[in-house]
Amino acid sequence: MRVPDPDRFADARPEPRATASGPGRVLVAVYAIFALGATARAGVQIATRFDDAPLAYLLSAFAAVVYVLATVALAGSGSIWWRVALGACSVELVGVLTVGLLSVFDPAAFPDATVWSAFGRGYLFVPLVLPVIGLAWLRRTAPGRRP
Amino acid sequence: MLVTGVAIAVALAALAVAGWAFAQVVRNKPPSGPLLTGLAVVEVLLVVQTVIAIVLLIGGDRPQSMATFIGYLIGVLVVLPVGTLWALAERSRSSTAVLGVACVTVPVLVLRMYEVWGGASA
Repeated sequence: MRVPDPDRFADARPEPRATASGPGRVLVAVYAIFALGATARAGVQIATRFDDAPLAYLLSAFAAVVYVLATVALAGSGSIWWRVALGACSVELVGVLTVGLLSVFDPAAFPDATVWSAFGRGYLFVPLVLPVIGLAWLRRTAPGRRP
Repeated sequence: MLVTGVAIAVALAALAVAGWAFAQVVRNKPPSGPLLTGLAVVEVLLVVQTVIAIVLLIGGDRPQSMATFIGYLIGVLVVLPVGTLWALAERSRSSTAVLGVACVTVPVLVLRMYEVWGGASA
């Protein structure tokens, strides 16, 4: 009978810190609020007046999907969710910067506000700060990094 | 018009409890019984506000955008219970901060509800 290698149990690289523990819980809570708000807003815009500003409303819906994905991924555990969270937060940062710039320089393209318009000014710039904090937190909780 | 006094009372109560929560975070405390009671009081005020809104809706008052208004009405009712569940799954100072964040969203939602009811564009 094979004796189990004790190292297989001792080796255990220290579990990376879960993204949803400690300060991460607050981050997930804020993301959840934005996920809910963005989803509800996009839903109402698309259901009631899609033809007014299709681009802005599709963008709202896209932002909503990104927030929902980031919330779920940050709340989940394991390296796969960590990667999904990294992707979602990165897309979010690129989104808020791109839409922020476009909406400032070409307001005509965005006749109705989205979460990311003017860098999230309508939301106290939280949409701009959130992905930065998210990425910093993901760096600290990176799989393989010792807690 | 949604009853101004109730909206202000709810918003101020939520802000007070939020301030209390963040003070507890600074003092490194996990969520305490009294703080949770504070949240419960805010939730009761929110239920009162909801009942008033429903009575006004039945009475024929109409917000600018019904869908948006109903969305806020439901959202503002669930934010504290859901936030509390999420906070209490791990009792730490961060949980207390989660409660504070949940409380801060209440006045924001109440303000938006008030705007939607009063006719500012949604």
